[in-house]
Amino acid sequence: MNTPSGELIVIRPSRGWIGLGALEMWKYRDLGYFLVWRDLKVRYKQTAFGAAWAVLQPVALMLVFSAFLGQIEGIGASAIPYPLFALSGLVPWTLFAQSLSGASNSLVNSQNLISKVYFPRLLLPLSAVASYVVDFLIASVVLVIAMLLFGRVPPATFLWVPILGLFTVVVALAVGLWLAAINVRYRDVKYAIPFLIQLWLFASPVAYSSGLVPETLRVLFSVNPMTGVIEGFRWAALGGPFPDTTIVVSAAATLAILVGGLAYFRRVERTFADTI
Amino acid sequence: MTDIAIRAEGLGKRYRLGQDQDPYGRLSEVLSGKFRAPFRRRAERHDDADFWALRDVSFEIPEGAAVGIIGRNGAGKSTLLKILSRITWPSAGSATLNGRVASLLEVGTGFHPELSGTENVYLSGAVLGMHHAEIRRYFDEIVDFSGIDPKFLNTPVKRYSSGMQVRLGFAVAAHLQSEIMMIDEVLAVGDIEFQKRCLGKMDEVTNSGRTILFVSHQLPMVASLCDRCMLMEGGRVVASGPTSEVIHRYQSGVNVNAASVEFPDEANRPGDGVVSLLSAWIESGAGERRFEYALVEPVRICLRYRVHERLKITPQPSLHVTDSSGNYVFVTSPHDWGDERGRSPGDYVAAVEIPGHFLNDGLYSVGVALNRFESGMETAFFEKGTLTFNIVDRIADNELRAVSRWGGRIPGVVRPLLHWQVEEEAR
Repeated sequence: MNTPSGELIVIRPSRGWIGLGALEMWKYRDLGYFLVWRDLKVRYKQTAFGAAWAVLQPVALMLVFSAFLGQIEGIGASAIPYPLFALSGLVPWTLFAQSLSGASNSLVNSQNLISKVYFPRLLLPLSAVASYVVDFLIASVVLVIAMLLFGRVPPATFLWVPILGLFTVVVALAVGLWLAAINVRYRDVKYAIPFLIQLWLFASPVAYSSGLVPETLRVLFSVNPMTGVIEGFRWAALGGPFPDTTIVVSAAATLAILVGGLAYFRRVERTFADTI
Repeated sequence: MTDIAIRAEGLGKRYRLGQDQDPYGRLSEVLSGKFRAPFRRRAERHDDADFWALRDVSFEIPEGAAVGIIGRNGAGKSTLLKILSRITWPSAGSATLNGRVASLLEVGTGFHPELSGTENVYLSGAVLGMHHAEIRRYFDEIVDFSGIDPKFLNTPVKRYSSGMQVRLGFAVAAHLQSEIMMIDEVLAVGDIEFQKRCLGKMDEVTNSGRTILFVSHQLPMVASLCDRCMLMEGGRVVASGPTSEVIHRYQSGVNVNAASVEFPDEANRPGDGVVSLLSAWIESGAGERRFEYALVEPVRICLRYRVHERLKITPQPSLHVTDSSGNYVFVTSPHDWGDERGRSPGDYVAAVEIPGHFLNDGLYSVGVALNRFESGMETAFFEKGTLTFNIVDRIADNELRAVSRWGGRIPGVVRPLLHWQVEEEAR
């Protein structure tokens, strides 16, 4: 026999709030790593274009936006060619949209794991979100190439891109935790997500500049965390004034959604296996 | 450190029935329910819609013990295992597990069809709680145990046969380095050769001082692996003790009699709509249904089935007899199979007699099956381990045994009465 591990597990019903279980997640870090790795491996398996799909989506949207919306006077920022303006919004947007949908469906897609084996359930939305970071990195490289084509050398602020990518992921996770947990119980969520993402796209300054939003709606507009993310991303990639208030409001909103999402997730987590 | 590996105190699991518990509940239903009865309090809803899948279960399992959990479907066995493996939470009571736990409720947990054999070994290992380094250390052993040709390891498992998948899945699980192992019914899969290897591995695990909790319908398997047993009924533990006693109690219970099964309820009858199983039983030569037979006695196995429509080719019943280690002893079916006479709708009884002085003493399990041949071979039903019987070798019953000087158990699956000739050689 192996030397006793000295592990002691106590199982008892609990109705109150429970901690984050960070220690437990650390113990299962190898599983988290494998889940991300699995998602990456499987995503583009048996596809003809492979990882090119990571690029295709933002680029195709950029082309459509530029061809039609780009013709409207004053929709973008005057100093920036519209295709670059759109792409710099679409790169974080794609990361957000994919991570959100991945996280929201992560539990339901792993039904058989949840009902057959124990592990910290938070690993599922976490790993779903993490796996899209690779796509984001590829898309960021494409953004750099597009900038060079338009004769713009990435500024020093471009170093903020990874941090803003992380911000995007946290926003997606914050909302995704709520949706994933609700999805276990109500499959309506599954159908609502594509619709929600579509609505959200129009409510965020991806295709248009936030300057178009009337002053009176500004605060409400910034409560949408994606406003801060996209404006920040544009600042990092293309320069301009730093959107300080917007970022602060967006970050505060994200923090509130995230804390609530974590608490809700941990609270209903113990019934996942019974209701999924 | 205490020497108790698992301690359960008053464990209970309550499920709420009805709309509230609908697993695919729609938001609109809940909202409209709230509108229709906005002032109904939560507590009022519970009373009659509660169902206790597990109730007041307490026990202690010492370190290094192998304990079987038996009982009918719905007795709470799997719920208990799910609580102990932390998949679901108890509604009442508590449990303490002392040591690293691995639970195996399914073979090949976490397998992804698109990934290769190698990748799935790592993934499944991680899902079951192994660390990367551990998997790497045991990788060769795992592949070796699974018996899968290393040249297939880079092929996606979706191209594996189901047998290969099961073997690889079990091989990973067999190398879990845990002090407490909980296993649910998973050994009932795979081919016989592999099952045997799994049983060998399980024996090894038991002897290595690890604690095992084993849920199975296959009583002979429980008997061969576990020295102690718990019998569950209606969510409670109703008996516990040495395995043979508990199994006997289970089989002599009022409703439960593994020497005879009936399917009175049409909806739950095994079958494919064309032929269905009505009942199966084991009886003595004199037609007395019982569980225990003397080694010298013939044992008759019968099944009653209903043919619902006219069949052009005679369907073929068959019986699959396995011993307490899960080894196949034999499969038998009538000789006139594939017969073109066919069968008209009606009820049929098929019976076959195993002669006395044929099987050795021990616990045997019988699977009942029926195949149709209208278009290729189709299995109408195959109920594994449906019937169980015990052959005992009492010296009092067996004159021949009385003559022999050996008083201990005679090994072997069969104990045929063979004709011997012993003559003094002419000098």
